Amino acid sequence: MIVYLLCFALLLVGIYGVLTKRDLIKIILSLGILGYAVNLLLILFAYRNDSVYPILAKGKAVEPMVDPLPQALVLTSIVIELGTTAMLVALAIKLFEKYGTFDITEIRRLKG
Amino acid sequence: MILPYYIIIPLLAAFLITLIAGKKDNWAVILSVISVTAMLILSVYSFITMNKQVVTYEMSAWPIPYGIVLVQDALTSFVLVMVSIISFTSLIFSVQYIRHLSMDWRYYALFMLLVTGMNGVIATGDLFNLFVFMEIALFSAFALVAYGSRAEEFEASFKYAVMGSVSSTLILAGIAVLYSATSNLNMAKIAELIPAVDSKVIFWVGALFIAGFGLKAAAMPFHAWLPDAHSSAPAPISSMLSGVLIKALGIYVLIRIFYNVFNAPEIFMKIFLVLGTISIIIGVFLAIGQWDMKRLLAYHSISQIGYILLGMGIATPLGILGAVFHLFNHAIFKSLLFYNAGSVEMALGTRDLRKMGNLMKILPTTSQTSLIASLSISGIPPFNGFFSKLIIIIAALQAGLPWYAIFAIVGSLLTLASFMKVQRYGFKGDTVVEAVENKIGWRMNSAMITLAVLCIVTSLMIVPGIKEVTLDPVVKVITDKTEYIQLVLGGMHGN
Repeated sequence: MIVYLLCFALLLVGIYGVLTKRDLIKIILSLGILGYAVNLLLILFAYRNDSVYPILAKGKAVEPMVDPLPQALVLTSIVIELGTTAMLVALAIKLFEKYGTFDITEIRRLKG
Repeated sequence: MILPYYIIIPLLAAFLITLIAGKKDNWAVILSVISVTAMLILSVYSFITMNKQVVTYEMSAWPIPYGIVLVQDALTSFVLVMVSIISFTSLIFSVQYIRHLSMDWRYYALFMLLVTGMNGVIATGDLFNLFVFMEIALFSAFALVAYGSRAEEFEASFKYAVMGSVSSTLILAGIAVLYSATSNLNMAKIAELIPAVDSKVIFWVGALFIAGFGLKAAAMPFHAWLPDAHSSAPAPISSMLSGVLIKALGIYVLIRIFYNVFNAPEIFMKIFLVLGTISIIIGVFLAIGQWDMKRLLAYHSISQIGYILLGMGIATPLGILGAVFHLFNHAIFKSLLFYNAGSVEMALGTRDLRKMGNLMKILPTTSQTSLIASLSISGIPPFNGFFSKLIIIIAALQAGLPWYAIFAIVGSLLTLASFMKVQRYGFKGDTVVEAVENKIGWRMNSAMITLAVLCIVTSLMIVPGIKEVTLDPVVKVITDKTEYIQLVLGGMHGN
């Protein structure tokens, strides 16, 4: 139970960063933390106490195994996050070229 | 077996464009037009020939609980037809509009990726696969919003990217909780196991999904990105985003998950009602004060999405009929209005309503079609918007929800007022415009005329003989709720 609570605390750290930071780069890092929290949640759901890796080999007794599917999901989700982060960093570079700052309170031309 | 081709055709086109396109964009245009035309033909053909049967396609022939499965029922076919029509006209409109910005093949590759993502989300029957396709569509949307390379476009794209990433993360958390509760990712299997799951878990997952997909659909508390992103994008992309993307990624998934998987829990139907009503009223009030034409149209997207959510929340067959019908109609008239805004911007170089005027003489086609679309969105008979709004209001009254009906009527009247403003200042204004900067070609005009004709033709879908073959199968899929389980698990296998 305590592990799930810590995982939820990590998710809250990510959300806090996205909501309160004023620097583009810090916002991108907070989004990364948010993603890691959810990936950790998936891995925690897959974990079973006193179990082994999920490979059936010849001559090996069948024991309780961890769930392999969320691990595959986490790999996919990490790749997607890589793409998102690259996209966001590229946009941040372009924004710095146009506005000359990383401060989101000064990047405010769209109103109304 | 045409189900996997909805994903294969546009994806193949996107890769081939990047491979063979040189400095010019001729090949890119030819390839994308061919693929979108093929999709239009396939989707219309499958919608006509598929009467009440469900086709499933198992990828790599893995049996259903283990592998990824594609499902095609009436709702899927209906939304696919909508996506195909709008992407076809958007592409025809794009050819001239994008060439006046730049001769760039990258636009077409991104456009085809956007179509791939949406088709994948609509056709898939597996929750995690839905998430992956959603991300594909969102990447291309972020890039296309920033396509104009001006400072405001990058700003809007960054805002959209941050909010979209947060909502995707929430959706992934919801999928994780649902997987831990049912040990399945296939939607039909999850629906089968849902009755045994604790109702608190359902509530928790539903809250995560409403936050995540509600942001994609731009319902009221999650709407902040939409006016910036949709008004900053190039006009054909604005029409793709407002007309199709927020429905394919938001509304369609909400319908599929909350009706077919969760069996329409009462509390979420109430949430849909309240969110829909708030969206109608606030969206219209924010739209009335706008002077930038595309921003005004973007705020109206929020309001019209509210109507669809209201129809879904009423949850009677009549309300769902109105919601499905309004989904299709909104795609058509909102895309047409964005084309009008794009052609006015191309001709005059401005989007400010106060700087337009006497466009009736200079841009006759644009003015006539925009008049049709404005009447349609305001709910004036005989155009299609009138019938769908009327059905939603009648359904609200029949379900004993008179206040919601009153709010819907008020929203409709305010919509009419704001479009009177567009017509009065924009197209019949006092400002004298001497000459146009760029001429509007036959491709842009033909795209606009096609959708203007469809505005009148689709109102025939409510005529009793035609309603049975077009809208009724779709409504039946939604109102049968968990019939979806038997249909998918015992459906026709297309391998």
